[in-house]
Amino acid sequence: MIKFDEIKRAVLVSIWFMFLTFPIMVIRVNPVEHIVEWRWKNMVLVGIGSFLLSFVWNYLMKRKELGSKEAEAGEETIKISLFHRALNEKKIYLPALVIFGIFTISFPFIFSMYQTTIMVTALIYVMLGLGLNIVVGLAGLLDLGYVAFYAVGAYSYALLNYHFGLSFWIALPIGGALGAIFGILLGFPVLRLRGDYLAIVTLGFGEIIRIILENWNEFSFGPSGIANIPRPPLFGMDLSVHGSTTYIYYIMIVLCVFTIFVVNRLQDSRIGRAWIALREDEIACQAMGIDKARTKLTAFSLGATWAGMAGVMFAAKTTFVNPASFTLWESIIVLCIVVLGGMGSIIGVIAGALVLVLTPEYLRAFSEYRMLAFGTLLVVMMIFRPGGIIPNVRRTYKFESVKNADKS
Amino acid sequence: MDYFLELFLGGLTRGSIYALIALGYTMVYGIIELINFAHGEIYMIGAFTALIVISVLTLMGMNGIAMLVIAGVVAVMYSSAYGYTVEKIAYKPLRNAPRLSALISAIGMSLFLQNYVLLAQTSDFLPFPNLIPDFEFMEPYAHIIGSTEIVILITTAIVMILLTILIKFTRIGKAMRATSQDKTMAMLVGINVNRVISVTFIVGSATAAIGGVLIASHVGMINFYVGFIAGIKAFVAAVLGGIGSVPGAVLGSFVLGWTESFATGYVSSDYEDVFAFLFLVLILIFRPAGILGRSEKNKV
Repeated sequence: MIKFDEIKRAVLVSIWFMFLTFPIMVIRVNPVEHIVEWRWKNMVLVGIGSFLLSFVWNYLMKRKELGSKEAEAGEETIKISLFHRALNEKKIYLPALVIFGIFTISFPFIFSMYQTTIMVTALIYVMLGLGLNIVVGLAGLLDLGYVAFYAVGAYSYALLNYHFGLSFWIALPIGGALGAIFGILLGFPVLRLRGDYLAIVTLGFGEIIRIILENWNEFSFGPSGIANIPRPPLFGMDLSVHGSTTYIYYIMIVLCVFTIFVVNRLQDSRIGRAWIALREDEIACQAMGIDKARTKLTAFSLGATWAGMAGVMFAAKTTFVNPASFTLWESIIVLCIVVLGGMGSIIGVIAGALVLVLTPEYLRAFSEYRMLAFGTLLVVMMIFRPGGIIPNVRRTYKFESVKNADKS
Repeated sequence: MDYFLELFLGGLTRGSIYALIALGYTMVYGIIELINFAHGEIYMIGAFTALIVISVLTLMGMNGIAMLVIAGVVAVMYSSAYGYTVEKIAYKPLRNAPRLSALISAIGMSLFLQNYVLLAQTSDFLPFPNLIPDFEFMEPYAHIIGSTEIVILITTAIVMILLTILIKFTRIGKAMRATSQDKTMAMLVGINVNRVISVTFIVGSATAAIGGVLIASHVGMINFYVGFIAGIKAFVAAVLGGIGSVPGAVLGSFVLGWTESFATGYVSSDYEDVFAFLFLVLILIFRPAGILGRSEKNKV
């Protein structure tokens, strides 16, 4: 039952928000023509909206507190989500994987070219997300300049093709390698830096790359960018736009599967464990004999490799690159993919990329409000589900009871 | 020599503006160790509120310096209110969460506030009237420094002095210092930590709003995106000086202002931001905690 106190609180909240939003929501000015428009309707909307939302907020907060109290009391026995249980059950996940595989393969035939193009974009972000996942999710290094490596990849294909006529298939590994080299280049100076300093230096690095691309006209053709980059050829055949979109889609699928495979193997390898150890405690990790510098540099360079390859794909897909595609917001979106999906969790990152890229595409009807919704989503997710959509489950030893062992 | 002096004073003006914004970053960071990404947006909202108030007052037939003062006061009031609300909604529930969660929440808030202003107002650049009159006694020096710059410098100096007094000599300042040293211990000796954090946000937002009004009348136009760029710059300044340290933020801002001013004046204006960031990287390589930052000792 809603108590009187809560209603009073909600009224106060709505009055506060009506006050807060008054100048920006109600008054609209046009200083050029000296017109001031008063929109009192908005004030009423804000009042009613915040009154109702305050109840929702309180309810969710109460539930959250209840949850954390339970966890403290130890009542919450390791609650593995339904999803993870399904993942461990062969009977469920094998057919699911097959259905999913068939769906992905037949996607370009079921849906229109428009849908396929959107899907290719989403897959590029999956790759970027998985790459950044190595740096942020596994090694715990907050990188806000990830988009720089994406730009390096895209420009390396564009420029190599423009000057030397190199084809896509040669440019793809070169883009990845250049990404890795730039990753090490960034990695060296920041080895000694801690969390937030690292974030700002990487952010600066990203901006430096973008500004150089924008201003060094002789090298990168400035803000106008490079056009007419060829799409990937199929055995020397020139494909129609439709055909090549489908073709790029399949290349992307293969690349994504390859990425997932590699990242998955890396996670359980020696170096992957070293990353996780580094994330958890740097000093303890060094005491165990892990070379901090080498581990950090491999994280940066391996993460950047995927960004470089994704960049080559991006250039091949859009056939046009310019510096405006590589702003700071791009880095932030990729970071959001990783965090929203669940740091360190591969399936989570894939889900995060699909949600964050596809939702705005399909909500074009509300396109004005989508960035607003995006911001809200980030805040709400962090408060009420900080582990991400599909949180990472850490590898743990399970002791099966003696009874079970006897039976089996 | 005149050119050098002009660049020097230009850098000083730039630095003062950065300092007004950087203070909010560094104070918040000092207390809850969070990069408040939405701080730039608070600054932008301050500037927008001032513009709205000025437009309304102009229609009512007011003008001159009185209008600027009223607009400034309203802007400070609203920015503080926004800072307070943002903290309550986006950061307070995440007090005990991993640091990255709070950072993402801050980025979300920044995105929200930008688009809120974009949708409620406009995406165009709006002209911001320059209400600071030309002082007569400044005439002989007009080629080196304008009166707007003088007002900016004086205001910044006053704000700095007031802030130092607040932190050094008042009860709440003492509580702030205590909280930034050790939150748990501060709670144990009876400091209301939540209140201290709220006050920090309010003070930081207020200085940002002052910076917003000043720079808007200096540059002459604003749109919804100015906060983000200025916020990044100010954040660089705060890190340069050693984030968490108030004098460090001021010093870092001046250093950044001069770097940009001299680099654009003597080398090239295209690469203004590149110089700023390169300088930051250089400083951090040799002093990983910033110019005045304390390097923390890690205990195992």
